[in-house]
Amino acid sequence: MSIGHTLLGLLETGPRHGYDLKRAFDERFGHDRPLHYGQVYSTMSRLLKNGLVEVEGIEPGEGPERKRYAITDAGITDVAAWLGRAEKPEPYLQSTLYTKVVLALLTGRDAAELLDVQRSEHLRLMRELTRRKKSGDLADQLICDHALFHLEADLRWLELTAARLDQLAREVRG
Amino acid sequence: MTTAEPLLHAADLRKSYGPTPALDGASFAVHPGEVVAVMGPSGSGKSTLLHCLAGIVRPDSGTVHYRGRELSAMPDTERSALRRSEFGFVFQFGQLVPELTCVENVALPLRLTGVARKEAEARAVEWLERLEVEDVGRHRPGQVSGGQGQRVAVARALVTTPRVVFADEPTGALDSLNGERVMRLLTDAAHDTRAAVVLVTHEARVAAYSDREIVVRDGRVRDLAGTI
Amino acid sequence: MRAPAPGAPGDAVPIAAPAGEPPVPPAPSVGSTGVTRWAADLSMGARFALLGGREGWARTVLTAIGVGLGVAVLMIAASIPHMLASRDARADARENFGPSETVERSDRSALYARADSEFRGESVRGRYLQPEGDHPPLPPGVEEAPAPGEMLVSPALRELLASPEGELLRERLPQRIVGTIGDEGLLGPAELVYVAGADGLVEGEGSTFRVDRFGQTHDSEPLDAFLLLLVVVTCVVLLLPVGVFIAAAVRFGGERRDRRLAALRLVGSDSRMVRRIAAGESMVGALLGLAVGTVLFLPVRELIGEVTLFGLNVFPSDVRPSAALIALIVPAVPASAVAVTLLALRGVAIEPLGVVRGSGVRRRRLWWRLLPPAAGLLLLAPTFGGLDPDQGSIATYRIAAGIVLLLVGVTSMLPWLIEWVVGRVRGGPLPFQLAVRRLQLDSGSAARAVSGITVAVAGAIAVQMLFGTVEKSYTAETGQDPTRAQLQVIAEVEDDAEARELVRRITEARGVDQALGTTHTYLTEYDKGVDDEYHTPITVADCATLAELARVGACEDGDIFVVLSPDREEDTGTRPGARLNLNPPRYLPEKDALVQVGEPVLWTVPTDIREAEGRISPLGTTVDGILATPAAFDLSRLTDLRAEVMVRIDPSVPDAKEYVRNAVETGDPGVDVWELASTERAGEFVFVQRALYAGAAGVMALIGAGMVVSTLEQLRERRKLLSVLVAFGTRRSTLGWSVLWQTAVPVVLGMALAAVGGIGLGAVLLAMVSEPFAVHWTGLAAMTGTGAAVVALVTLLSLPPLWRMMRPDGLRTE
Repeated sequence: MSIGHTLLGLLETGPRHGYDLKRAFDERFGHDRPLHYGQVYSTMSRLLKNGLVEVEGIEPGEGPERKRYAITDAGITDVAAWLGRAEKPEPYLQSTLYTKVVLALLTGRDAAELLDVQRSEHLRLMRELTRRKKSGDLADQLICDHALFHLEADLRWLELTAARLDQLAREVRG
Repeated sequence: MTTAEPLLHAADLRKSYGPTPALDGASFAVHPGEVVAVMGPSGSGKSTLLHCLAGIVRPDSGTVHYRGRELSAMPDTERSALRRSEFGFVFQFGQLVPELTCVENVALPLRLTGVARKEAEARAVEWLERLEVEDVGRHRPGQVSGGQGQRVAVARALVTTPRVVFADEPTGALDSLNGERVMRLLTDAAHDTRAAVVLVTHEARVAAYSDREIVVRDGRVRDLAGTI
Repeated sequence: MRAPAPGAPGDAVPIAAPAGEPPVPPAPSVGSTGVTRWAADLSMGARFALLGGREGWARTVLTAIGVGLGVAVLMIAASIPHMLASRDARADARENFGPSETVERSDRSALYARADSEFRGESVRGRYLQPEGDHPPLPPGVEEAPAPGEMLVSPALRELLASPEGELLRERLPQRIVGTIGDEGLLGPAELVYVAGADGLVEGEGSTFRVDRFGQTHDSEPLDAFLLLLVVVTCVVLLLPVGVFIAAAVRFGGERRDRRLAALRLVGSDSRMVRRIAAGESMVGALLGLAVGTVLFLPVRELIGEVTLFGLNVFPSDVRPSAALIALIVPAVPASAVAVTLLALRGVAIEPLGVVRGSGVRRRRLWWRLLPPAAGLLLLAPTFGGLDPDQGSIATYRIAAGIVLLLVGVTSMLPWLIEWVVGRVRGGPLPFQLAVRRLQLDSGSAARAVSGITVAVAGAIAVQMLFGTVEKSYTAETGQDPTRAQLQVIAEVEDDAEARELVRRITEARGVDQALGTTHTYLTEYDKGVDDEYHTPITVADCATLAELARVGACEDGDIFVVLSPDREEDTGTRPGARLNLNPPRYLPEKDALVQVGEPVLWTVPTDIREAEGRISPLGTTVDGILATPAAFDLSRLTDLRAEVMVRIDPSVPDAKEYVRNAVETGDPGVDVWELASTERAGEFVFVQRALYAGAAGVMALIGAGMVVSTLEQLRERRKLLSVLVAFGTRRSTLGWSVLWQTAVPVVLGMALAAVGGIGLGAVLLAMVSEPFAVHWTGLAAMTGTGAAVVALVTLLSLPPLWRMMRPDGLRTE
């Protein structure tokens, strides 16, 4: 999962302080593993350096200074490219795919298309595995089947998600 | 794959059953020897698309061209003749005639085209061997397992060496192992005879036997081959 | 396709229990007695039948209609005894066949004469009544005796006379219509009857006699053994298929019902409970069928008054089912519905996950199917070689039971025969193969559908054979030759002038080619005294007419001939020189003896009488005795003559016969017009035969309707498969032919079996009446032809729904 793209995607919904970003991330994607505060600052500085975000203002406060970040046009393009790019199909992709779907919905993009793209990518790998299975020995077949079943499980989850996109959109936006 | 003239080509198909549109501007093309998976959620119009492509159902609007001939312009008898000689069909279940033996079921399409009984059954036996179900030839469909029955159905779809095989959830009623076996035999046999396969399925593992997939959603086709 | 369940029969077709059926918890059966358990399960079945949603309703309605049709037929059959009895009663009440003792002329007497006629093939009953006082006897339906020149008519006759079609009849019945004969004086609403007043009737002249009451008839002859046998066989033959049809109707929609029952098994009913529930369901259908039958019966009954079937027309009020038979039908129909259902479910295992049909597993066995016919033969065997006409009702029941067993046996062979034959058929064109394979898998339902027809046809063929041979004894070969003359007019005349007048009127009638009149009388030989038993017949006619009666050779007026009869060797009255008495002794009833009234008048047979050989006349008879030309025998000295006129009519003139009838009608009774026919049948015989034809046709139509229902049911079950076959590009004609073969194969086998069984039963029946074996081929052809027509019709009616079901909609499973 790309934390940088995720934070960038969150910024696309509006400028935020670093601390707000962490909270927003944890709330939506960090169920089992909250983001470390330092991770946010190091990621933000890398994004700043690459010109994907800019500092909109600094608010002096009691504690450390509070920078308010905003996404740049280059940042928006980067998010779009990331969302439109299929993930390399591998087991246990859900968290990444889920993050992408939520961000797509948050940023008003077409999540269904995202899923179709991903399915297509999954199928490409599955075809490859199927071909290997057809020509391989029993051990190959078993290994390929293992991978195929996991990939299929991902896809089925994806189908289910696609079928529930409307409901999800309401929850995410609301 | 997209270089040659498509074997079967549909443009802007619309078809409604009552007030709900099953197809709402679907387009599709398949080339000789190509296996295309038609995917999509239940009720998205996959089967209706297949029925329109095969000339079983006449679309409300839009065109289906098969080798340069417009299908929806043909009278019913001509479309029937086309289905007999050029197309093959595999359905999910309940497609074998229960009172005929498996050999007779496979020979049925040949006999419909006027092949003599002896020859038709000889060719049917060949195909049963090819699909590894020669031992159930004398059995009735009620006496064979689901996987065997489905392979018999595949043999029946291929016995006329059709140019297009339409398979509607061919593994839908089978377990994984039998499903895989049916798909392997179906795609291999289609490949050998250069038959195109239009494969309606909602299972990715089944779709993985295809060369490419399209997705039907809300009666429209998303062909992703070109988008990546 | 699923794998067969472990232990399930190899050929079984498991059917998944449909989702969406409301699971109803089974009634608790712990601690209840058998009777209450039965009642609980039956009533649950009843609830399903009535409240089981659209499908349950459809099934119940279908069964009710089927059973109702059968019940309506049964009710009509149950009305026949009363119908015939009241018809007989009506006929007796209005008739007087002549008193056995002399009726004195009184204030309460009347002269009565028969004047029946015929109009365009329909008989017209005519009676003359001439009161001799103020209180004459009146037949039922007549309030007041009509005056001379007036008549009372039945409503149907009134209508006919008033219509343009009746104009010709009107000429024959010039009397003024003064009233209507009430229903109690008629046999049926369509009967043509008139009662006319008269003033010129003379007792003893023609058919005139004196009466002082009506309702005086002879005891009607009991049906003789042949006719009784015919009636028994006919009833059995017609009602048995109705029973078979009802049994089939109870099973309508059974397959879907079975699947619903499987859902009940899933929620815990045991297999005996679901059987009882099924029985309860069909019982409701049968009970509703009784109601439908009653409702159908009422309009049919009204309709019966409108139609004249085979000369039989009755009042609807006379069509009343006998209480005893109703008491039998009402409980028997639901009871047999329960029995049939339980029997039908015998070979079906209703499992929680589906229905497993045991068809094709057990080979059908032949041996027990041979038991009923064997038992039937045993019952009938004692009657071989002749029926005792005085046998009582026990014999009737035994015969009926024997015939039922024989026919049932023939029917029970059918499933075995179909299985045996289709199991051996190989090859053939595709539709034929599909049909044969289908029958191989499940021939039971096909056999059931056809068995009704088989019973009907087998019985009908047997009865036909019985008719065919018995016909000879009942149908007197009249020997008449309708090519030489078509009508014979017989009249009692006063004298020769009246006879000549009759011939003249006939000759002048429209459409008459030739009228040959003869005048007859019988004379006694004077020398033998009053007791001469050999009355010598004498026939007087011109040479042309005599030539029709004998080979007279050259003939001119004044010639006289004798035709010798081998029977009359003792008769010396025709010998030349014999003296005949022109005023022969008469029979006086009051003296019960022949008496010479007045002086004898003598006539001597001339010596120049020539012998001639008799010739068969157009009437089929040979005259004998003296044949004289008018100049050779002076008729004017004789009274009480009989004039006979042979009439040849021009066939191109329509209604020529009616013109002749009009010409001879003088307003007086005593003239009869007979149509000559080469055969003439006994009335009862004709009726039985016609009833058989009509009944067989009706029964076949009924069974055809049942076959359409079951064919459609079967097609609906196969909707998905039909759609798949359409996807394959199967031609409609292929499937249409397949349906035809599927119907035709069992029917052809059924017909073959019916022919064999029918001929066998016919042989048995013939043995019972000691007639030689002979097959009635035309009857056989007619009956099997009707069966074939039913097949064609069933197929034809099944085609439109088949086309409809061949749409691809069945493929839509999503």
